[in-house]
Amino acid sequence: MFYYALKRLGVAVLVAVTVSILSFSMVYLSGDPAVALAGEGASNEDIENVRRIYGFDQPIIFQYGNWLLQAVQGNLGHSNYLKSPVASVIFERLPTTMLLGACSLAFALLLAIPLGVVAAIRPNSIIDRIALSIAVVGQAMPSFWFALTMILWLGINWRLLPITGTESWMNFIMPSVALGYYLTPAVMRLTRAGMLEVLSSDYIRTARAKGLRPMTVLFKHALRNAIIPVVSLAAVQFGFMLGGSIVIETIFAINGLGYLAWESILRADVPMMQAIVLVLSVFYILLTFLADMLNAFLDPRIRVA
Amino acid sequence: MNTNTAKPKDTTIAAEPTPGSLMRKRIFTHWGFMIGAFVLIVIILMALLAPYISPGDPFDQVLSRKLIPPIWHDSAKVTWEHPLGTDKLGRDYMTRLFYGARISLLIGFGAMLISGIIGTALGVLAGYYGGRVDMVVNFIITTRLSLPVVLVALAVVSIVGSSLNVVIWVLGLLIWDRFAVVMRSATQQVRALDFVTSAQALGCSTPRILLTEIMPNITNQFVVIATLEMAHAILLEATLSFLGLGVQPPEPSWGLMISEAKGMIFFDPWLITIPGLALFALVLSINLLGDGIRDVTAPENRN
Repeated sequence: MFYYALKRLGVAVLVAVTVSILSFSMVYLSGDPAVALAGEGASNEDIENVRRIYGFDQPIIFQYGNWLLQAVQGNLGHSNYLKSPVASVIFERLPTTMLLGACSLAFALLLAIPLGVVAAIRPNSIIDRIALSIAVVGQAMPSFWFALTMILWLGINWRLLPITGTESWMNFIMPSVALGYYLTPAVMRLTRAGMLEVLSSDYIRTARAKGLRPMTVLFKHALRNAIIPVVSLAAVQFGFMLGGSIVIETIFAINGLGYLAWESILRADVPMMQAIVLVLSVFYILLTFLADMLNAFLDPRIRVA
Repeated sequence: MNTNTAKPKDTTIAAEPTPGSLMRKRIFTHWGFMIGAFVLIVIILMALLAPYISPGDPFDQVLSRKLIPPIWHDSAKVTWEHPLGTDKLGRDYMTRLFYGARISLLIGFGAMLISGIIGTALGVLAGYYGGRVDMVVNFIITTRLSLPVVLVALAVVSIVGSSLNVVIWVLGLLIWDRFAVVMRSATQQVRALDFVTSAQALGCSTPRILLTEIMPNITNQFVVIATLEMAHAILLEATLSFLGLGVQPPEPSWGLMISEAKGMIFFDPWLITIPGLALFALVLSINLLGDGIRDVTAPENRN
């Protein structure tokens, strides 16, 4: 287990370093960053000044090393637009996005796992067909359109829920559904497949033969094993959802990380964009690492291989 | 389609059926496949014939005729000249919908092609060589997966400047991960088969083995992933355009149409509903077709 964890950690760190190189190189995507920063109509002297102040005159490898060193110490640079440290702005906005992500995940799991279980108990029944149809339809619906449609009906026509802001828990219902439903098909299919496999295994037959109550067999014996892959899928998808929250936060005017990302993209605030990409990627790498560890812990076959 | 895999477990036909006839039977009795194919063909025809079947011009603005509701609305402004009404600049909505299908299909197909080439190349190499190559490719896939797609696409498009080509390339360079994963495991399975070993024993060159022995046997999986990724790219383009960083006005992208109408959700919600339904129908039909192809070509893999 220790060896496996060490190996996985090494890969995770390597991936994080690669991602940091990629997000660092975003500054150079538009050509000369000093010209872009100095703005239109800047004299050559001004451009040279900007170049010196921001350190663009130094070798790229040196710039990257410097940036990484600062980033590791928690200094993600200065926002071009807000003129304040990027890290403090990000950590101010992060809790809102985390809360949204957690609510979305909860919604997705609460909807998808029961559907998957029911579908697996009676494969090819009407319930199974309906659950599969929900999955197919869910995957085809653009999340922003679904969000707008919910706003139209639940917010405007029926006046049930508030449309924008984060004042109360009611504000989080529509955004969580809009962000979380996209995950339900995958979780549902995985739960269904896992349950189908487990339910046909020998130990379930034994449990039934012993005369245990069907509910006990289903929840205590079958679901516990079928749910293992769902745990790691949920962890991975949580990372994806934080990335996808940019659309939902923009629609519902939720002042989180996604909204911040959109604002800084519109303001061409490259240091902020870099930092958000880096933070979300590292968070995702961390989540997949933890999911792998959890899987290895739950299933000894993985850590031996 | 590869008919070698068509080995049904049980068949009610007494006479020996040919693989082709079995395939046709499976296709025509598969509801998802038929519905998906039908809707997709309708949308492709819409896109191809847009200049001939549209009631107007997608860019012509007639401000005196703005915001006419579609014909099923109970309003005095309704007219058969604009069956789906007009937008806030008085452009015919049905025409823009037809031309928008071109953009969605073009981006979906282009991005799928680019990502398919990248992903297949990586996946086949990793699956065939294994070992170090496999490790490196796995590392590249992991790195790509840790980047948030929407955010990176938005950031890159905003820095480079957005146009149809930029969107296609950015999406193509970002969504090859599923191709790589699936092609890798498909190649691993095929590589272990006897005919590959005998080709190796005959002294065939590696490119020849990859192109003539491995590739033809993984086309089924490729087609399935290609449909899924095409749908994925279409949804992503709509998302980028909705956020204002994809296809630029006045082009009639469906995502952009929804974005332009989001301020009018209070009084003219159909401006959002119509392009949204079109997107939904297109993505759903492609997904149904993909699922159908998977079921039809590999009946043993169902469930």
